[in-house]
Amino acid sequence: MAASRPFFRRRKTCPFSSDNSPKIDYKDVKLLQKYVSERGKIVPSRITAVSAKKQRELAKAIKRARNIALLPFIIQ
Amino acid sequence: MALYEHVFVARQDISASQVESITADFSKVIEENGGKVAKNEYWGLKNLAYKIKKNRKGHYVLLNIDAPHAAITEMERQCRLHEDVMRFMTIRVDELEEGQSIVLRSKADRDRRPVRGGERPGGPRGERPPRKEYN
Repeated sequence: MAASRPFFRRRKTCPFSSDNSPKIDYKDVKLLQKYVSERGKIVPSRITAVSAKKQRELAKAIKRARNIALLPFIIQ
Repeated sequence: MALYEHVFVARQDISASQVESITADFSKVIEENGGKVAKNEYWGLKNLAYKIKKNRKGHYVLLNIDAPHAAITEMERQCRLHEDVMRFMTIRVDELEEGQSIVLRSKADRDRRPVRGGERPGGPRGERPPRKEYN
């Protein structure tokens, strides 16, 4: 199978769903920064492979962090 | 009673002791209304991600609160009136975090990081192992 499809890429798993994965927290700027683009936009889960449930949590955390100026709304 | 996390950002040109007195004021408001402050944490003067009222930096304080709703509304009202508080946010949480929050922990990590070009993190490397003979 892998031989017939040379560019087969293994499906990435959600970085928050395993047992020892980090907790999503609006105070954890370093973690949240991995999930925003250069412009400060939230990266879609199809790129980061975050599960739908965790993506909702993540989006909420990022929006909270923006509110208290820990993360930018937009990077010009 | 419900558990809350309250973060507020104070103006950059007030001193750390003034921030402390603001924190004490808010704690008093909570206690007068039948709640208690489980923990308060001063994160220091941090750079803001964007300018707020022409300020580029702000003093961040986190309060972990166990209080009835009335106490929270009263504290938020005082936050709005307070001139030195630029921004605040209160969030209802299921459980309060024990120990230091991630902000202080990551800060401690940064302080411990060795200076670039300084000593190796695990001390000097020690003796080289004896040469192997190949032939």
